[in-house]
Amino acid sequence: MAETRYSKEHEWIRLDGEVATVGISDYAQSQLGDIVFVEVPEKGRKLTKGGEAAVVESVKAASEVYAPVSGEVTEGNAALTANPALVNSAAQGDGWFFRMKVANKAELAELMDEAAYQAYIKGLG
Amino acid sequence: MTEPPSDTPLQRTPLYDLHRALGGKLVPFAGYEMPVRYPAGILAEHLHCREGAALFDVSHMGQVTLTGDGAAAALETLVPGDIAGLAAGRTRYTMFTDEQAGILDDLMVTNAGDHLFLVVNAGCKKDDFAHLQKHLGSRLKIQEHADRALLALQGPQAAAVVAKLAPETAAMKFMSFGQATLGGVACWLTRSGYTGEDGFEISCPADQAEKLAKLLLGQPGVKPAGLGARDSLRLEAGLCLYGHDIDRSTTPVEADLTWAIGKRRREQGGYPGAEIIARQLREGPSRKRVGIRPEGRAPAREQTPIVSTDGASFGMVTSGGYGPSVGGPIAMGYVAATSAKPGTPLNLVVRGKPLPAKVASMPFVPHRYHRG
Repeated sequence: MAETRYSKEHEWIRLDGEVATVGISDYAQSQLGDIVFVEVPEKGRKLTKGGEAAVVESVKAASEVYAPVSGEVTEGNAALTANPALVNSAAQGDGWFFRMKVANKAELAELMDEAAYQAYIKGLG
Repeated sequence: MTEPPSDTPLQRTPLYDLHRALGGKLVPFAGYEMPVRYPAGILAEHLHCREGAALFDVSHMGQVTLTGDGAAAALETLVPGDIAGLAAGRTRYTMFTDEQAGILDDLMVTNAGDHLFLVVNAGCKKDDFAHLQKHLGSRLKIQEHADRALLALQGPQAAAVVAKLAPETAAMKFMSFGQATLGGVACWLTRSGYTGEDGFEISCPADQAEKLAKLLLGQPGVKPAGLGARDSLRLEAGLCLYGHDIDRSTTPVEADLTWAIGKRRREQGGYPGAEIIARQLREGPSRKRVGIRPEGRAPAREQTPIVSTDGASFGMVTSGGYGPSVGGPIAMGYVAATSAKPGTPLNLVVRGKPLPAKVASMPFVPHRYHRG
C-alpha cells in the first residue's frame, strides 16, 4: 500500500502511480466537528503547493483545504456533495477530497510521514 | 463566536470543572472559557434540543436586580419596552437604546414582584451595569449578581424534567417567572430561552450550580449542549445575536424588533432615540433584518455580501450557517426595505461567487413555546 504523507495544515496525500489522492486527516475532522458542506476542485484545475484547493465547512465555520503539493486535479470526490459527513466517518478513506496528477514528486518528500505527523499533532495538545 | 486571543485572562463559570469532566471543547467567548461543544458534537446537541432536553451553561451572562420605588418607570427611561405594564411574575424582551436609536444591548426583564430581574449579554454586562448605575443609580438599588449561575434547560422534554423536581413549575407559561427549589437548590426560573423551544432559564447560587447541573443531567432525556448548538438553534429560531445581528449601528425598527416596542411607548416615547424610532415607525426604515435561504448547499457566513439580482449592493449577512433541523444553509442579514418581502430573490457572494438565495420568513423552524 502506498505511503500516506501529511502537511502541517492537516491534509493527507497518498500517491498511487502518477495520481495522488488528497483529503483531510482524521485529526482535522475531529477538530472541525460535524461537516455539513464540502466544495471540491473541478477536474483540470491547476493547484500550487500551499494554495487553496477546497473548502470544508462544519456547523460552526468554513475552513480552507490547501494543496499539499503542486499539480493538476483529475477528479473531485462527487460523493461529498451529497454526503459531506463522509469526511467525519472516513476522513482518510471514502471521505477523500480530490485526486491530482503530481507535478513534482520530490515535493512529497517534504511532507511528514505517519510517525512524524502523529508526533506533530501530539505536540498541538 | 470565537474571539482572537487577548492578554486578559479568561474567566470561568462555576461549571468549568463539569465542562472539562464532560469532555467539552472550551473556547474563549465574551471573556469566558466556554464549551462550544461536547463529544456528541454540535449537530447531535442541536437535534437533541429539538427532541429531548438540552442543558446549557449561560452563567457568563449578566444578572442584575433593580430595587426601589418606581423601578419600572425608571427602567423605561432606558428601554422602549413596556415595563410599567409588565405584570408581576412576567418576563419581557427589550433593549437598551442610545440617542441615535442604536441598540446597546438586548435583555430580558422580569417583574419579580418587589424588584426587577434583568438578564443581559455577557459581552455587554460591564457597560450595561455602568449605564444603569449612571442613569438610575441615584434612584434605585442596582445589584449585579456575579454570585449566581445561569443554566438553560431547553427542549420539548425540559418542562417535564423541571416539573418532576418542582411540580409547581408545570403551571408556568412562556415568559413567566417563578421561584422554586430544585433538588434543594433555591432557584429563580423563567420559562424562556434562546432556542425556539419550550424550556427554562434557571438562576441559582454559583456555589450550588454544579450540584444543580449534575441533578438535571441525571434526569432521563437531558444531555449537555454547548454554545455551538445554542447559536444554530437561535439562528433557526430567528433570534438576534447581539454584536452580530444587532448593535449600536442598528435600530430596533431596522432589526424587525418593533413588536418589542410597547404601544404606549410608541406614543409617549421617553427613552433614548425615541424620536428616530417614531420616525422609522411612521415612514418605514430604509433597511430591514430578514431571513435568507440560500438555494444551494453552501452556507453563507457572517459578513457575506448580499447583492440584488442586478448586482447592486444590499448589505451583509449578519449570522449564517447550517441549520441542522432545517437540513440546509440559513442566514439572516440586512437588505433594502424594498426587497425585504419573503420570496424576493437575491445573491450571496460566497468566496467571490454570487450564489442564488431568497428572502425567507422567520423563524426557520417554528417556535414551540408553552403559551398555555
